[in-house]
Amino acid sequence: MTTQHAPTGLIGASIRRVEDPVLITGRGRYVDDVQLPGMLHMALLRSPYPHAKIISIDTSVAKTMPGVEAVLTGADIDLNIPSPVMIPGQKIPPHPVLARGAVHAAGAPVAAVVARTRALAQDAANAIEVEYESLPAVVNAEKALEPGAPLAREELDSNICYTATKKGGDVEKAFAEADHIVRMHITSPRQVAMAIEPRGAVANPEPTGDLTVWLSVQSPHRVRADLSTALGFPEHRIRVIAPDVGGGFGSKGPLYREYALACHFALKLRKPVKWIATRSEDFVTVIQGRDQAMTSELALKRDGTMTGLKVRVVANLGAYLCSNTAGPPQRMMAMAPGCYQIRNVHVEVVAVFTNTVSTGPYRGAGRPESVLNIERLVDKAARELGIDRLEIRRKNFIRPEQFPYKTAVGVEYDSGDYERSLAEAIRLSKFDDMIRDRDQARARGELVGVGVSTFVEPSGGAGFESGTVRIERTGEITVLTGSSSHGQGHETMFAQIAAEKLRVSMDHVAIRHGDTLAIQQGVGTFGSRSAVMGGGALCLAIERVVDKARRFAAHLLEASHEDIVQTDGGFAVVGTPDKKVTWRQVAAAAYGRPLPGIEPGLQETVFYDPRREAWGFGAHVALVRIDRETGEPKIEKLVLVDDCGTMINPMIVEGQIHGGVAQGLGEAFREQMLYGADGEALTGSLIGYAVPHAENMPPLILGETLTPNPFHPLGVKGVGEAGTNGAPSAIANAVIDALAPLGIDHIDMPFTAPKLWNAIKKAEGE
Amino acid sequence: MAAEVEFASVPISVTVNGAKHEAAVEPRELLVYFLRDRLALTGTHVGCDTSQCGACTIHLNGRAVKSCTILAVQADGAKIVTIEGLARGETLHPVQEAFREKHGAQCGYCTPGMIMTAVDLLEKNAQPSEEEIRHALEGNLCRCTGYVNIVAAIKWAAEQMRGRNVSR
Repeated sequence: MTTQHAPTGLIGASIRRVEDPVLITGRGRYVDDVQLPGMLHMALLRSPYPHAKIISIDTSVAKTMPGVEAVLTGADIDLNIPSPVMIPGQKIPPHPVLARGAVHAAGAPVAAVVARTRALAQDAANAIEVEYESLPAVVNAEKALEPGAPLAREELDSNICYTATKKGGDVEKAFAEADHIVRMHITSPRQVAMAIEPRGAVANPEPTGDLTVWLSVQSPHRVRADLSTALGFPEHRIRVIAPDVGGGFGSKGPLYREYALACHFALKLRKPVKWIATRSEDFVTVIQGRDQAMTSELALKRDGTMTGLKVRVVANLGAYLCSNTAGPPQRMMAMAPGCYQIRNVHVEVVAVFTNTVSTGPYRGAGRPESVLNIERLVDKAARELGIDRLEIRRKNFIRPEQFPYKTAVGVEYDSGDYERSLAEAIRLSKFDDMIRDRDQARARGELVGVGVSTFVEPSGGAGFESGTVRIERTGEITVLTGSSSHGQGHETMFAQIAAEKLRVSMDHVAIRHGDTLAIQQGVGTFGSRSAVMGGGALCLAIERVVDKARRFAAHLLEASHEDIVQTDGGFAVVGTPDKKVTWRQVAAAAYGRPLPGIEPGLQETVFYDPRREAWGFGAHVALVRIDRETGEPKIEKLVLVDDCGTMINPMIVEGQIHGGVAQGLGEAFREQMLYGADGEALTGSLIGYAVPHAENMPPLILGETLTPNPFHPLGVKGVGEAGTNGAPSAIANAVIDALAPLGIDHIDMPFTAPKLWNAIKKAEGE
Repeated sequence: MAAEVEFASVPISVTVNGAKHEAAVEPRELLVYFLRDRLALTGTHVGCDTSQCGACTIHLNGRAVKSCTILAVQADGAKIVTIEGLARGETLHPVQEAFREKHGAQCGYCTPGMIMTAVDLLEKNAQPSEEEIRHALEGNLCRCTGYVNIVAAIKWAAEQMRGRNVSR
């Protein structure tokens, strides 16, 4: 490990994290660590029913219980969580903070109690009596589209929230002229993000009438705006602080009902109110990921050239729309063709309400589903046409000289070299040896499979990101970023950028984030966007600050602005390195006696919007063995070659890949939120949800190629979701490859032992 | 009646990170909340309600335990060490150093529990194999790191400790 504090060579160095000394000594400050004098605690009573009418609620006992300060039901409060219109004609049924008249998903809050302690609040919530009349429920999105299916939201005339399509080329012609058409139906399992820190809020009414709220969120400014809308309370009087946040993975993006409720109580009672989710509450209230069903057709020529693609996505949105619920299914419209030249593409997305927990972005957010779809299709095509899996990929890859490449769905990829990435994965995996070993194992009757996934992954996007660079009076440097770290190491990574570009040591740079009072408007951290967007904003702000600083330096050095160059720790006159000034001297001039023709101060803010996403890519290879007697799958090799352009801190990049892969392996083998036939949630705690443990992780072989992003000041692309995007489809291809000798050509994830065992026994019986 | 439950407090005496604390606790109060809310030792985290995540792991009479599975009254007379008590002044415990050196922490929420479990392991087994390390982490969940660098950190710490003969 490099410990690098010299003012050069910081970008690209694996520097130990600035964040760690606090976190490893237990001095981190998460929302639940915030203790305020006189603070009250909120607890909620939630519906056990997936869909029911509320006949009556009796809070009379709860209201008289010790320590109870307030009790509310939907009859007392009419606040709703706002959701934007993302697709014209999209339906947005009410999302009340407390159920009004009916509940549409198990876990929906029905009543709220505030009391002196957490336990007393829970006691009182448990004492509330609710009479329900159960209504028919629907939990599967495809079933929700069938005629006669129950309405998940009885106020609507169908279960469809929106339908969206994207077309390019002449799809009908491509299919009419195809030599071969591959057809497939595949689903991605519903996932729970499972950030180890549950959600939480502390709302504090200030004496001025303002409101300070600590929230475990990824996007403090966005959540503040939604909170303002939900409460009808002015945005600029709310201060949202995202302190240390214990993981998010997309799930801590939106405003949640409980946050608005805690704020409502705090404003009403004029006392601080804390709410911390239990894990079981989070299981039935935090946005969940995936749960898409994809029906596809791929048109090909006999030689394997891909000519047309049709995809229909049926996406399960759950019962209530959070601000970002409608987003992930739309990814397919940009990503359906993957890294292949398919010039005729039609994508249809049907987003459906069901009586389930709301879905939304979860690490990958539509990308893993898109990759799974095209990568399984390509493998299926290779098998049906009798073409090598690598050959069919190479034949159809977008070639390096074609970038920037505009796809049939109208998206422009910036750069790439997919063949090189695949070649590296083949080299690292000793691919030919693996195939030979597989064939020998197969000859012995063993079930062993090799799978490949070559994929693209867009990062950045979602509008702008902001960055401010302020040189303080003493020359110390403060960076204010709209990115909102929750484990990604921003305080290290952004300091590396600032220190290198300003030519100071990292000790002179402080990175501030996650506080709407301190930070200019920002967007936040999700979708692998921070290095791309926050990093881009920071670079441009630095350029502007340096440019202005040169003018102060020119004045101090009595030289012309054009002759001032950056030097370690400050500026010098070109060709005369002895004539120099430090950042401290420049700052003193900037904030001192006004100079003619220069506005005082040394602070620049940039709202960065490259108006394009950054398209990272990679090639993952998996070797899977399945025990024929038990169905138990074992991953014997996993090679991950990722290309995220320039790396700012390779150690952090690798850490991101490790974590993403673990979640990808969870998706592939273990994790799924399940519902029963009547819509009851079968998964409600960690007892029934199999997050990978240390013992479940195979050794990982990481590799890289480096294709800088030509449209970014640092050349970076995002990497936070690489592992979840690429690995599951490589594993799916390996599992099906292992089972192919039995004639099995499709199983949906997760590949649990019982599921595989059943498939093997069925195939052997036939 | 809840009121009776609330006020039927039980006196306990515990030594936490070397300091003795006398307190009256509700019989139903979990040790983790006693540490967090009464003693303001907020480095011990709560990540689940089924004793599976291990974020609340502490040392009780020299053994790593999940402080969410124990009532405060059960800890009467015990010697407890939390993450805050692991470093000696400015000198970090080698396992803490290792988590920084090997990038074993990302969001940091599981980290204190991971470190307390790892310290317990290394006190019992100075030279654990990778399998033994992974097995020892069975009760601790991490969602950020894929455990790769946590395992690497524990291996590194073991090497350091063998060189230095560290004890607490």
